[in-house]
Amino acid sequence: MSLEFILFFVFAIVAVMGALLLIVAREPIHSALSLILVMVSLAALYLLLGAEFIAAVQIIVYAGAIMVLFVFVIMLLNAGVEERTNWSQIAKYAGLPLGIFLLFELAHFLAHSRIGTTIANGAGAPTTAASTRALSEMLFQKYLLPFEATSILILIAILGALVLAKRGE
Amino acid sequence: MEFIAQHPVLVVSLVKIVVLLFILMTILAYLSWFERKIIAHIQSRWGPYYVGAHGLLQPLADGVKFLFKEDLTPTASDKFIYTLAPFLALTLAMTTLALIPFGPATVSIFGHETHLVVANVDIGLLYLFAITSIGVYGVALAGWSSNSKYSLLGGLRSSAQMISYEVSLTLSVVGVVLLAGTFNFSELVMSQQGYYWHFIPRWRIGPQVIGFLCYFTAAIAETNRAPFDLPEGEQELVGGFHTEYSSFKFAMFFMAEYANMVTVSCLATILFLGGWLSPFPERWTFMQYLPAVSFLALAAYLAYDTAVHMRGFARIQLGVVTLLSAGLGALCMLPGVMPVIQGPFWFTFKMGLLLFFYVWTRSTLPRLRYDQLMSFGWRLLLPVSLLNLVATAGWFVWGWVKHG
Repeated sequence: MSLEFILFFVFAIVAVMGALLLIVAREPIHSALSLILVMVSLAALYLLLGAEFIAAVQIIVYAGAIMVLFVFVIMLLNAGVEERTNWSQIAKYAGLPLGIFLLFELAHFLAHSRIGTTIANGAGAPTTAASTRALSEMLFQKYLLPFEATSILILIAILGALVLAKRGE
Repeated sequence: MEFIAQHPVLVVSLVKIVVLLFILMTILAYLSWFERKIIAHIQSRWGPYYVGAHGLLQPLADGVKFLFKEDLTPTASDKFIYTLAPFLALTLAMTTLALIPFGPATVSIFGHETHLVVANVDIGLLYLFAITSIGVYGVALAGWSSNSKYSLLGGLRSSAQMISYEVSLTLSVVGVVLLAGTFNFSELVMSQQGYYWHFIPRWRIGPQVIGFLCYFTAAIAETNRAPFDLPEGEQELVGGFHTEYSSFKFAMFFMAEYANMVTVSCLATILFLGGWLSPFPERWTFMQYLPAVSFLALAAYLAYDTAVHMRGFARIQLGVVTLLSAGLGALCMLPGVMPVIQGPFWFTFKMGLLLFFYVWTRSTLPRLRYDQLMSFGWRLLLPVSLLNLVATAGWFVWGWVKHG
């Protein structure tokens, strides 16, 4: 059993547990912390695939920036414990079977697709494509236009948030 | 055993981690002594004086005191997060040091050629920022979980401060990355080799002096130190995010703060001050005796001090320190050790200089008000570091500097 294999299972289990905790936890801040746990273990999984840059960016952007804002808002609003309602009838009778169905579908797809066989054969993602230099060359030369378009889209979203916040005053 | 034989890297890394942890803990403990002593002398006081010669055993006494204090947990606090926060702060603060290379020389541990760094990551700088960006949680969660208004406000303030200055901190470093063309710490240092006119070292602080000033200012704020040490604004918040913490949990925040100072100084050394590179040209071969000579000079001074000023237990204790220092000096003379010690010596020297600046600013400058702090960060520091970045990029694009 290789070290990568063990580490993969450790972080995969932590990620799944974190995701479960995120839903089950009743304190908003516990949910937020579980989400951070998921983000960090996902970053570790990227690292195991040889995608160093993506792993670092995953932590910087999601765990370091977005989730900090989440935690900040929860702290500022001093959000209390979530209220629990009885399960809705639809969720009880339709949601659970559908969820299980989706799980099996995904498992089936992964087992028979090319991705599934590559993972099973132990061949990780091509490491050359994951290196920072290769990634930036791809992003800023081949896909420059989509990249800039996305940036402008994000900028517009930020401006929109500002305008909406200012209108209330 | 088979598993270990298959992964020799693991064993070497483990040894390195243990050694680094031991050295770091000692540095953290004596950094508090160093700080108190220097601030005291700047303010015409004596500082730690009674425990051991020159108060040298004070960190030990502090540690024992922290361990034996009652560990209070406020009622209706979130117990789990309340305990998690100091661990988070300290662990993250110490993890970053694994990325720092202390020298170029290959040393052998159990017959293994290895570098003076725990993890030589290809994108080390990004990793360091990734880890420091999570460091905010320690402060924020500590403030929130204490179930106290002072702590909550202190935590909010401090984390807002850390988020704000992180932007300038990161931006001021990008200029250096542009010039060097790499994120790897060892390569960042090696790209600063060479001399102007054969004697002025080509360190990045030359072309990036604005970047350095922005970096260090932002770093002081990022580590919550004076004059940006709002968590310690006793008049307003009693003690900021760690108001409710006592005993060893408080000590952990304390150690995390010092560990962050060390990390930030290490990073400044690597990025701007040429890391482990010697400031003197290589043809001055006699300079390699400098580590040995400085240790021996220290030993000579301590011997004089011991003989003339010390009495009783203090005399024995300082005598031991003298012997230790003389032994280190002799060790540095050994032909096998001499080339290895050069890198770490210069690295530690530069790092110590920056730590001294930290303490110096703390003892000299008054604390900023919260609104002043925020407007300084966003209205002055951020635009300046952004302009520095734009200027560097322009310089780079118009081909005035060679890549790498």
